[in-house]
Amino acid sequence: MHPYLVSLVGGLLIGVSVWLMFAGLGRVTGISSIAAAALTAPKESLWRYAFLLGLMGGGLLFVRMFGAVVTSVASPVWLIVAGLLVGFGTVLGGGCTSGHGVCGLGRRSPRSLIATLIFMVVGMATVAVIRALHGGAA
Amino acid sequence: MSATTSDVRAAIIALGAGLVFAAGLTLGGMMDPSKVQGFLDIGALFGWGGGKWDPSLAFVMGGALLVSLFAFGAAKSHQAPWASARFELPTRRDIDAKLVVGAILFGAGWGIAGYCPGPALASLFTGGADILWFLGAMLPGMLIAQKWFS
Repeated sequence: MHPYLVSLVGGLLIGVSVWLMFAGLGRVTGISSIAAAALTAPKESLWRYAFLLGLMGGGLLFVRMFGAVVTSVASPVWLIVAGLLVGFGTVLGGGCTSGHGVCGLGRRSPRSLIATLIFMVVGMATVAVIRALHGGAA
Repeated sequence: MSATTSDVRAAIIALGAGLVFAAGLTLGGMMDPSKVQGFLDIGALFGWGGGKWDPSLAFVMGGALLVSLFAFGAAKSHQAPWASARFELPTRRDIDAKLVVGAILFGAGWGIAGYCPGPALASLFTGGADILWFLGAMLPGMLIAQKWFS
């Protein structure tokens, strides 16, 4: 199968997960919101822990099963900077690629459309700056 | 914490959804930060930087969005979710400064590391030391934002 088709199938599966969470729990599958609330509201978060367990366990299982490649693209210092930006930014902006990008656009939310356009463009600009400065990874 | 039958049913569905999500991320190639950067490397489309543009992420987003549009579009036919009393969807529709600034900061971090929260958490056991640095900063970043802004 062509690699782009495999990616499309991967996307469809993510969609199925979003549908399961919506039809089953009545919730949007925003990973940043799920993770943040699991940290701050542990008592009401049984389903959040279950989802994260599936996500983390599934990552281990499927990366091994499919022999997925994982490439290192940034140094520890930049990984820490990036982690802080992603954690802070997704909570401040109320969502990430899944919450705004997949679920929000699926719900035709204007907030999510704006957020998705912004983080896509800024992500592209950031990679352009990295490529210009280093000719490669950060 | 006493879990009701409905809580347990919800947790089982969520566990399954997490597994399916991880399968989708892995098949989509999103567990590899260099593929994510390869998509964001828009300059490569114009021959800048010597890299090759990687459209994988567009196919992943497209596939996910296709199902998502259908799932949320069909919402009106439901009375209640299978394992919950009611739907709890975001209701805000205004564009405020927090949304814009948050998306800018997130986009910058996403570009630097090639990780957004889903693939990052799914990579906990496979991403080596890199993912520990990233998650070790992402989770405190979330807590700081929660503390300051809620």
